Amino acid sequence: MRVRAQMGMVMALDKCIGCHTCSVTCKQVWTNRPGAEYMWFNDVETKPGVGYPKRWEDQEQWRGGWELDRKGRLRLKGGGRLKKLLSIFSNPDMPAIDDYYEPWTYDYKTLIEAPLSKQDPVARPRSQLTGEEIEIKWGPNWDDNLAGTAGRLEQDPAMEGLQEQVKASYEEAFMFYLPRICEHCLNPSCVASCPSGAMYKREEDGIVLVDQAKCRGWRFCVSGCPYKKVYFNHRTGKAEKCTLCYPRIEAGLPTICSETCVGRIRYLGLVLYDSDRVEAAASVPDEHDLLDAQRDVFCDPEDPEVRAQAARDGIPDDWIEASRRSPVYALAMRYGVALPLHPEYRTLPMVWYVPPLSPIVNTLETDGYEADPDHILPAIDRMRIPVEYLANLLAAGDVEVIRDVLRRLAAMRGHMRKREILAEHDEQLPAGVGLSVTDVEDLYRLLAIGKYEDRYVIPQAHTELASHLMEQQGACGLDFEGGPGNCGMIADPAAAIEKANESFMLVDAAAKGGLGDAARLDAPSEPGDGGQDFNLLQVLHRGPGEQAGSG
Amino acid sequence: MSAGSVLLWVVLPYVAVTIFIVGHVWRYRHDQFGWTSRSTQLLEHRLLAWGSPLFHYGALAAIGGHVLGILIPPAATGAVGIDEDAYHLLAVIGGGIAGAATVVGFLILLYRRATVRRVAVTTSWLDIAAYGLLAFAIGVGTAETLAVQAFGDAFDYRDSVGAWFRSLVTFQPETESITDARLIFQIHAISAWPLYALWPFTRLVHAWSIPLQYIGRPYILYRQRYPAAR
Ligand code: SF4
Ligand code: SF4
Ligand code: SF4
Repeated sequence: MRVRAQMGMVMALDKCIGCHTCSVTCKQVWTNRPGAEYMWFNDVETKPGVGYPKRWEDQEQWRGGWELDRKGRLRLKGGGRLKKLLSIFSNPDMPAIDDYYEPWTYDYKTLIEAPLSKQDPVARPRSQLTGEEIEIKWGPNWDDNLAGTAGRLEQDPAMEGLQEQVKASYEEAFMFYLPRICEHCLNPSCVASCPSGAMYKREEDGIVLVDQAKCRGWRFCVSGCPYKKVYFNHRTGKAEKCTLCYPRIEAGLPTICSETCVGRIRYLGLVLYDSDRVEAAASVPDEHDLLDAQRDVFCDPEDPEVRAQAARDGIPDDWIEASRRSPVYALAMRYGVALPLHPEYRTLPMVWYVPPLSPIVNTLETDGYEADPDHILPAIDRMRIPVEYLANLLAAGDVEVIRDVLRRLAAMRGHMRKREILAEHDEQLPAGVGLSVTDVEDLYRLLAIGKYEDRYVIPQAHTELASHLMEQQGACGLDFEGGPGNCGMIADPAAAIEKANESFMLVDAAAKGGLGDAARLDAPSEPGDGGQDFNLLQVLHRGPGEQAGSG
Repeated sequence: MSAGSVLLWVVLPYVAVTIFIVGHVWRYRHDQFGWTSRSTQLLEHRLLAWGSPLFHYGALAAIGGHVLGILIPPAATGAVGIDEDAYHLLAVIGGGIAGAATVVGFLILLYRRATVRRVAVTTSWLDIAAYGLLAFAIGVGTAETLAVQAFGDAFDYRDSVGAWFRSLVTFQPETESITDARLIFQIHAISAWPLYALWPFTRLVHAWSIPLQYIGRPYILYRQRYPAAR
């Protein structure tokens, strides 16, 4: 047993209003740069819908994540190490820019410089790839609010097997939003796919990052991630991804996307887990067992033995305490209402979702039911299509898992409604779904009231390390040209790679031995690195096409 | 040895190789962020799927052929039982296939870079220079393989170009063996040096990063931020 801490997230989908504030604020902070225009570390998809990039969920097409081989061993769906090296000159599973969309801006200058005329001047769209005028045919959220979905609904991979039953009435009534960020998986296939060893999972908080210094642009992380949450910067030639806003997390602050979330749907907190059991959990034969397998990997922070082991494994006391108050653990484990997105990809994702009850209630209303909570429970048991759809998304197709969660949410609603409106006290409703009255009321407080300090329980990185953090803030982030800002990390995997062994995981032993400042990319000892030395290269790397885009 | 031939056949190679080595050390130490293949697969993949593997595999085979032909003395290959005729056959057939793959792949990539606007705008002056030098070296090399080795009266470059090259490697430079070689071989030999001198400053550096260490590496890598936190 080896206890590690993971910063996880839960999103309560009922509360998402689809405003895209999270996407925009994330973009302003992280991807507002040449080569990153098309990247949305956070995107919000309307479901049912095609997604971004198109049909990302179809792993028969994109071959991301893990699968089991004939002997039941875990292997990368995109192929093993040798196959990767042999296809390194042209990655067969890599999405093209048009699968995302061609980024564009507008020719705003004409608005300012147009001469006086009867007609208002129009700013035409211009491609940020070529600088030429383009006709916009697709965007990062083209089918927002089911716009134009009628002809495209069949393209949603999660619709498979239930197409013919999806009638127009459902299209209108059954709709919800799915905000997506990197899952910071316990078993990240992006890390496993990176031949350069540039991607890694941080031991302290589980955040998955790309070492910009070590990335050589081989692109296998892009195809290896089943959630398509690693992006390739076509200007810098390096991979980039959601950083879980680690500079903020280290300071005890929620991520940008959480902090600015209008619906306050997001929860951040630590989960303790046993990293020795990760591989076994990801390898269970039946996809329907993956949820329980992942839950088994999590350790109960109320168990004194777990806490003692966590302390022995070097997790600081305040972190252990924080894990006891973690809303993520509470929603996923204590109340059992949060579920992982596409567990069948076997990466053990760590951004979980509380499935939405409201679109289900809407669907019931179109079907002639009153939105009376007493009617919801039996209706949930009878209802097919929306439940199957949610099961394809959040439970590897296991409808019972979804029904169970929906019943809990409905019981919570029913209980609170009785208490608040009818002033009745009913213990039957919670007991019927395996929760106590206290549980249900706590769950209500967490979901419906959701105070800031309950939604975000983030222990700071350690004060004895404050000097490191300061240094990082001074010299990191978006300082260097084209840099996405994840430069606060260790820059020496080479030594670690030499220590490679047959085991599934590797902890960077070199870093353990002591990380001198010289090993850090942003070390102040070489202040010239980002400055003069680069100028020659910057000048030389200019090209004849440079007027294009914003580069 | 005239001053001119010393300049061309001794000074130029050593200067180029010095720039090559020092340039790489400098770039590796100061520009890790720029050390990448700068792939444009995201922007265009249909032409790339043909051009890139053809070019890269062809070029790797051609590089292997050059090592065999230039660096290893005929006596050594003879000692392991490859006589002159067998070698020639191997060189012409193997070299022909590798050369053809390289040329076709290169032409596809060149066409792609020139005509696909999305790719064209990412092209830097350095890329153009590297492309130009590569085109020249590949062109002359292919011409000599076709015109002289395959269909002409084969020329023994191993005892001329090869001997000169080995004299450089052993730091006992001489120029006679190369100045006696056919002109097209001389041109091909010269074409390599500017390419080497430019190499460390271009995206060609990714050639040294072929991630062979991936074989036999554990899949999941962890790193610690601060050892003090433990
Ligand atoms: S979701 Fe994030 S951690 Fe998981 S495989 Fe994709 S990029 Fe890696
Ligand atoms: S955690 Fe930060 S980087 Fe990741 S999606 Fe949210 S705002 Fe963007
Ligand atoms: S900001 Fe919050 S409510 Fe708005 S789309 Fe994003 S997750 Fe949903």
